[in-house]
Amino acid sequence: MFGYALRRLILAIPLLIGITFVSFLVIHLAPGEPVENQSGESSTQSDAKLRERLREIYGLDKPLHVQYWNWVTRLARLDFGRSFSPDARPVLQKIGERLPITLLLNIVELMIIVALAIPIGVLSATRQYSTFDKVTTVFVFVGFATPDFWLALMLMILFGVQLGWLPISGLRSPTWEYLAFWRQQWDFVAHLALPILVATFGGLAGFSRYMRQSMLEVVRQDYIQSARAKGLSESVVIGKHALRNALLPIVTVLGLSLPGLIGGSVIVESIFAIPGMGQLMVQAVFERDYPVIMGNLVIVATLTLVANLIADLTYSLVDPRIRVAARRGRR
Amino acid sequence: MRRGDPLRLPGLLLLLVLAGCGPDADSAVEVAAGQGSAKPAYGDTYIEALQGNISGLIPNVLSDGPSFEVASLMYNGLVKYDKDLNLAGELAESWQYSRDCLDLTLNLRRNVRWHDGQPFTAADVIFTYETMINPKTPTAYGGDFKAVESVEAVDQYTVHVRYKHPSAKALQSWSVWMLPKHLLETAAGEGKLREAPQNRTNPVGTGPYLFKEWRSGEKVVLVANPSYFEGRPYISRVVYRIIPSSATTFLELKAKGVDGAKLTALQFKRQTEYPAFRKAYVKYQYAANVYVYLGMNLRDPRFADRRVRQAFAHAINKREIIDGVRLGLAREATGPYKPGTWQYNPNVHQYPYDPAKAASLLAEAGWNEKNSDGILLKNGQPFKFDLLSAQGSDEGRKVAEIIQASLKDIGVQVEIRVIEWAALLKEYIKKRNFEAVILAWGITPDPDQYDIWHSSKTSPDELNRIGYANPVVDELLEKGRGTCIEADRKKYYDRLQEVLADDQPIVFLYFRDGLPVVSSRVRGIVPSPIGINYNFNEWFVPLSLHRYTAG
Repeated sequence: MFGYALRRLILAIPLLIGITFVSFLVIHLAPGEPVENQSGESSTQSDAKLRERLREIYGLDKPLHVQYWNWVTRLARLDFGRSFSPDARPVLQKIGERLPITLLLNIVELMIIVALAIPIGVLSATRQYSTFDKVTTVFVFVGFATPDFWLALMLMILFGVQLGWLPISGLRSPTWEYLAFWRQQWDFVAHLALPILVATFGGLAGFSRYMRQSMLEVVRQDYIQSARAKGLSESVVIGKHALRNALLPIVTVLGLSLPGLIGGSVIVESIFAIPGMGQLMVQAVFERDYPVIMGNLVIVATLTLVANLIADLTYSLVDPRIRVAARRGRR
Repeated sequence: MRRGDPLRLPGLLLLLVLAGCGPDADSAVEVAAGQGSAKPAYGDTYIEALQGNISGLIPNVLSDGPSFEVASLMYNGLVKYDKDLNLAGELAESWQYSRDCLDLTLNLRRNVRWHDGQPFTAADVIFTYETMINPKTPTAYGGDFKAVESVEAVDQYTVHVRYKHPSAKALQSWSVWMLPKHLLETAAGEGKLREAPQNRTNPVGTGPYLFKEWRSGEKVVLVANPSYFEGRPYISRVVYRIIPSSATTFLELKAKGVDGAKLTALQFKRQTEYPAFRKAYVKYQYAANVYVYLGMNLRDPRFADRRVRQAFAHAINKREIIDGVRLGLAREATGPYKPGTWQYNPNVHQYPYDPAKAASLLAEAGWNEKNSDGILLKNGQPFKFDLLSAQGSDEGRKVAEIIQASLKDIGVQVEIRVIEWAALLKEYIKKRNFEAVILAWGITPDPDQYDIWHSSKTSPDELNRIGYANPVVDELLEKGRGTCIEADRKKYYDRLQEVLADDQPIVFLYFRDGLPVVSSRVRGIVPSPIGINYNFNEWFVPLSLHRYTAG
């Protein structure tokens, strides 16, 4: 088990390098340079000088393979470099200040989705073709099909403008500093309510359908039949015997959605003016801020590889068949 | 006070994407003003919506509109543009030119202190100058000091500047934001102003507001400077909220979450004309320093013929474009200067909408046959070209579509191609690999546009992108920037506008209107040709109308 994990980890290193190399290449192939946005607007002679100066500062005057080598060797020392944006701040600092809010939003969102999707999936599977099943089916598909930005604007108009119950955008009220401690917390929660609602509504469909499908398959299995034949109550059959097995694929899907947690939704963040990872990335792409783009990419790629590994390992922990097969395969 | 204002930065000509990201602020006026007067009172918070995150706090090494807007409340220059777009003293009380325009003496105010309490002196002026011309400084605004031979401090409050040759923009270049020598000397010497802590956490200027807090992507908070040299500003606290979506900004306005914002044409015209909004806000409208144009590559033999360009000018209905694209919120452009400014010349050749005239001009130029599709032919070649526009700019695309339809009427076939901005700039415009393009120019209050029209400015990184070359224009541009006497300059620029109007190197379309909106509880706003923000430190909220007690 340990050896397997170690082997996978070692194999992941060349894979990661490959990913960064290809992305580095692709990003640099995109037309436009970071210096354009800072000097390209105007081109008096001094600006041509500025352009040269910036290229030199950023190392863009060197051949691409040298640039990549420099970047990789710095990365090996865990130095992600400084942003090309005029604030010239370390990439990790920039990502670090955006990450908490995105993580918070996504984790809360994921928890709500799981908490709602599992019961919805189970109920609609056990009552297949019932009114409940039909209603939830329609509901989740409407959720799936509704554009985030439209829903967000509608909710803002309703709760923010018409009713005035919730703040429209941002993370804190302008007078936040002057509120009492508990009011501050409430203010923060109130600001997050709409973004979380919007993000949850869109994400609910996928998970609840997975759950329903997985449950439908499980309840058809022989061991469910035998559980029922043993005279167990329906709640035990579904809640214990079926649910546990039906959750397996959901765990995998959950594992794979881990890297997405730091991704942040561009649309939700822009509409609600939330300074998260999504906004940072979009800005970085428009500014051709290579270090920030690459820094984020390395983190996401690493998380994806780790999440894959964890998913595989959990699988073998949870499912004895895989464990056995792995052992046999090694012999 | 000039917010969102590239005017501040000497000699800067901006090429703008037609998206909403241009610093399309402050200029001439025409407004729904008329606020009742009330007694000025200190206090309250003013919340302004910014569309983009600021990129730093030392504006001299930055280039984006939001950063300038915030910085303009924290920093001062020696001179500034006043409300009527004339140069006036700011940190300099007065100045004298020598007769040959070669010596400039600036007398500084004596009661100015940096935000940290240190006095502002001639040493800071020299430090700022040296920083701007230091090749290590990553600034785009060093160019206007090129004509400077030497700068020296005569005494603590007098600066003497010697020029190599007379320069029209000599005085204007001293509107550059002053930086504190005692704090930034080391960083500037190493060329590391961007990395300096003052660019991130504690900027120090001389302006009416002190820096309080910057939460990246969320907000910037400033507080009134009690010892500002013009007196403490009335509004105690200014919060810039960063809201990328204009739809969200608009809803925040409706819910009174922000006090000031810039509206889109649609919002201004169609979505704010109801009583509750009119009561809560005052809308302002003035010609911004941005004009939109149809540029043609003059290296293309078809466009090199000025009759073709004149024909296009006649074929395009500017009024229709303004009504269709800007809902009427723009002014027709007849040349590169804004109506209402001292350099503007109204007596130039006009091109009224006249398709018949356009057709006859094209026929004169040899386009006198049509093929079966109704497309004009010359030597058997149909007249068709690609018109490029930047992605993300609805405005640019719509302008292109209207032009496409207008030119179709006279037998010219236009294909519209919408291309991402960076790619458009690098792959097409810089490589001169385009036939025609819809773009916008941001202009400065100074009429010097040498970089745009002079025939020497055509290399890939330079701004004469269309490849315009006219010896008369070259001479006028050189003369116009080579004197410090405004009356002479006026003559040269009047003539320049006549020549440009005749030549139509580009088809001048329209000057966009700036459309700010401010909470009606804020008083003291006097709309002027430069816009509304220039006297922000005199804005106030009557005591009975204070909304935010904190601070």
